[in-house]
Amino acid sequence: MNRISSINGPTLRDSLSVSLTVGAYGVAFGAAAVANGFSVLQSCLLSLLTFSGASQFAVVGVLGAGGTALSGIATASLLGIRNGLYGVIMAPRLKVKGFKRIVAAQITIDESTGVALGQEVRSPEAMRQGFWLTGFGVFIFWNLFTLAGALGAQAMGDIRAWGLDSAVPAAFLGLVWPRLKTNSDRALAIGCAVFAIAMTPILPAGLPIIATAFIAVAVGLRK
Amino acid sequence: MNQYWIAVLGTSAIAFALKYSGHSVPEKWLSHPRIQKVNSLIPIALLSALVAVQSFTEKSKLMIDHRLLGLSVAILALLLKAPFPVVVLSAALSSALLYNLNN
Repeated sequence: MNRISSINGPTLRDSLSVSLTVGAYGVAFGAAAVANGFSVLQSCLLSLLTFSGASQFAVVGVLGAGGTALSGIATASLLGIRNGLYGVIMAPRLKVKGFKRIVAAQITIDESTGVALGQEVRSPEAMRQGFWLTGFGVFIFWNLFTLAGALGAQAMGDIRAWGLDSAVPAAFLGLVWPRLKTNSDRALAIGCAVFAIAMTPILPAGLPIIATAFIAVAVGLRK
Repeated sequence: MNQYWIAVLGTSAIAFALKYSGHSVPEKWLSHPRIQKVNSLIPIALLSALVAVQSFTEKSKLMIDHRLLGLSVAILALLLKAPFPVVVLSAALSSALLYNLNN
């Protein structure tokens, strides 16, 4: 990382392409956050401080549906657990302490971990470069595009006339789709969707969503 | 502080705590297959529930409206292996079209 000339070319290319494509989804997040009642400042702070796409979409989704802060935080945090597991995977590979560990933790997400592990076949050095380049790259683009999306949505007025109320669930669907690998995954997804809809008129807003986590735990422990 | 600020700061604090604690615990603590399994299922459950609630409810009422078209188009796009931006944009466009025709 100290000498630019030592950066592995293919690693840089992988990191940049992932950073740009994923960062661009920040537009969807910024727009979704504003559409769900968050201010531009709050939307940008979520991207800077939370910096985890699924968690961010979840908290704006839950509050937008009328849920309390607590159910929003709980839902977002359950989705953030996997970043902790990525941290467990990356820590022995990065071997950083102090301030560097704090920075590494903040940029430990799906993409930085994914690209890093993908570079392991090249060299341990390429793996570390992949992590830092992708982490910083996504961070920069994700935040810039969040601001753009939030300002754009603010200028739109009636978000339904622009289809934003459908863009948000479509984004969630796009996030969950690649995870549905087996028939039991699909059954769980459909079951949780039906459960959440059925419970919406009965339970306070936000709870129907978080309650599905218990279904996942029950299914996961049974197998 | 209102609910939105609490949500922003609370989510951010816990998100960082989860990431940092992951970097600080021994790897073997979390390597149990059942823990890994549960961890892979939780996102499926929560994200599916979010798709459903955001598509078919309004406050605490169930509702079928223009969003059903958006969701159907998104599913079609995913079945055709369209990239993420195409999925989101096609859902938004179709939903907006139907909404504007009705209003």
